[in-house]
Amino acid sequence: MTALRRTLNLARPDGVYNAIVDAHKGLSDEQCRDFDARLILLLANHIGDEAVIREALKEAAAT
Amino acid sequence: MSSYEYRRYPYRRPPELEGEGARRPVVIVGAGMAGPTLALELAARGVRTVVLDEDDTVSVGSRSICQAKHSLEVWDRFGISQRMVDKGITWEQGEVYLRDRAIYRFNLQPEPGHKFPAFVNLQQYYVEEFLYERCLAEPAIEMRFRNKVVGVAPHPDHVAVDVDTPDGRYTLEAQWLVACDGVRSPVRHMLGLPFEGEVFHDQFLIADIRLLDDLPKERRFWFYPPFHPTNSVLLHRQADNVLRVDFQLGRDADAEEEKKTENVDRRLRLMFGPEARWEHEWTSVYTFTCRMLQRFVHDRVIFAGDAAHVVSPFGARGGNGAIADVDNLAWKLALVVAGKAPAALLDSYCSERRAAARENILNSTRSTDFITPKFPASRAFRDAALTLAPEFPFARALINSGRLSVPTQQLESPLDTPDRDGDWVGGPGPGRAMLDAPVGNGWLIDRLGRDFSLLTFGKDDVGPVPSGATAVPVAGNGLAWQRYDSRPGTTYLIRPDRYVAGRWRTYDPVAVNAALDRAMGRSHA
Repeated sequence: MTALRRTLNLARPDGVYNAIVDAHKGLSDEQCRDFDARLILLLANHIGDEAVIREALKEAAAT
Repeated sequence: MSSYEYRRYPYRRPPELEGEGARRPVVIVGAGMAGPTLALELAARGVRTVVLDEDDTVSVGSRSICQAKHSLEVWDRFGISQRMVDKGITWEQGEVYLRDRAIYRFNLQPEPGHKFPAFVNLQQYYVEEFLYERCLAEPAIEMRFRNKVVGVAPHPDHVAVDVDTPDGRYTLEAQWLVACDGVRSPVRHMLGLPFEGEVFHDQFLIADIRLLDDLPKERRFWFYPPFHPTNSVLLHRQADNVLRVDFQLGRDADAEEEKKTENVDRRLRLMFGPEARWEHEWTSVYTFTCRMLQRFVHDRVIFAGDAAHVVSPFGARGGNGAIADVDNLAWKLALVVAGKAPAALLDSYCSERRAAARENILNSTRSTDFITPKFPASRAFRDAALTLAPEFPFARALINSGRLSVPTQQLESPLDTPDRDGDWVGGPGPGRAMLDAPVGNGWLIDRLGRDFSLLTFGKDDVGPVPSGATAVPVAGNGLAWQRYDSRPGTTYLIRPDRYVAGRWRTYDPVAVNAALDRAMGRSHA
């Protein structure tokens, strides 16, 4: 079973971070929520590993 | 209020007022950091210059403070970088705080084996003082203080510059005019060139103080600290026990109120506690913009530094970007003035340094957006990264309180010869800055020639090298070999501005000659 990765896994972290933030530009709060829901589902499916997803859910709630 | 003693540099009546003086190869407007550095680089290549400056002293107040490794490597050619290191504060580590908790430490130079540190904090007035001293001792440089440019008239074969002095107005003719006259560049205004970009509205309060107690040496950045809970604060140490404290005030702050000493003291008291004592050096409230000229070369008028492009202060990319500009320009302009390269070589100054300015603006805008989020989702992601940072190392990499200036990449420059050998797994490729390394008892950067350098690994004698290049054999098998992904025979052609122009697995004089011609704009392979 793979554990949730804690170290950096992005070659260009600033580029990815800003792409995510910029995708929210001009959206209302409700549109942001809908956008994030779709984004999370897309990424969860891509990750595929249920244990990793559950661990991420736990960590996001904890901090 | 400043503890720095501003000396006045002498004004001399210019010979043009007596009707004397011939056309000059290069006239430089502005004696900030860029202008005198360019004059020294040109003098080293035999090009005489006149430097015009409207006042007669160095920069007043709070300007650049972080002098980057790549700038120190430039100034080292004039023997003043060790003075800067000795006078300034060397720092490599920084710390980021969220509320009252340290969440992230960074080290800008994790690897040893470089002559200069990643950064030295030294106020701009000292940098200018050291540069002026060298310029005044250099016969090929004429420093003209209290010479204010009031008119610029481009002609096909020269530029006529009208200059006001205490003794009246005169006209100076220049083959090339280089405007290093700062963000408000009078030359740019006189030519009516648009300076477009993004305006930011957040206000910041700078308080440079002498703290009369223990001084932190590292850079510190706070998000929502208890002493300033709504915004961010940056702390940097400078020479003479001066601290730069930079408070983010937000858009709606009243600058005049904030600048009042009692209000600054109130903020500092909350920050440093009831026992701390300090004296004020400088106070100001600033906002900033990110702008760039469409072209840096307008026929015979060339722009460099803040006159050509301006960024937010996050990342120390203003002053250091200006030094990289003139380092790129000097050798090209010297070749053109000497008739050894076509004027079109200067087009590469524009394309390479515009690409660098875009990279600097992108990086400083990202830092700005992280520090001052412009919309709620942006703030939510920023705060998520900060909250995750203590437990998750990946989130620390997302915290952007300024990506500090390193040499930009000049990929796809027409001057560079692309890799032909396909087996490179490391080392700086064409368009990347060279890397320093210990060699023998000294440093690789000390072995470079003034013009091009040919690094040859494991070959003591490669025979005659092309004119315009200095052979730098690298023996042994030390760190330099690792940094350049070298094997016996590996050869790098390094430009005068320390960028890689081409590299080969075996020394091939024909290939090196072709690359050298290409790098000097004499052919396009």
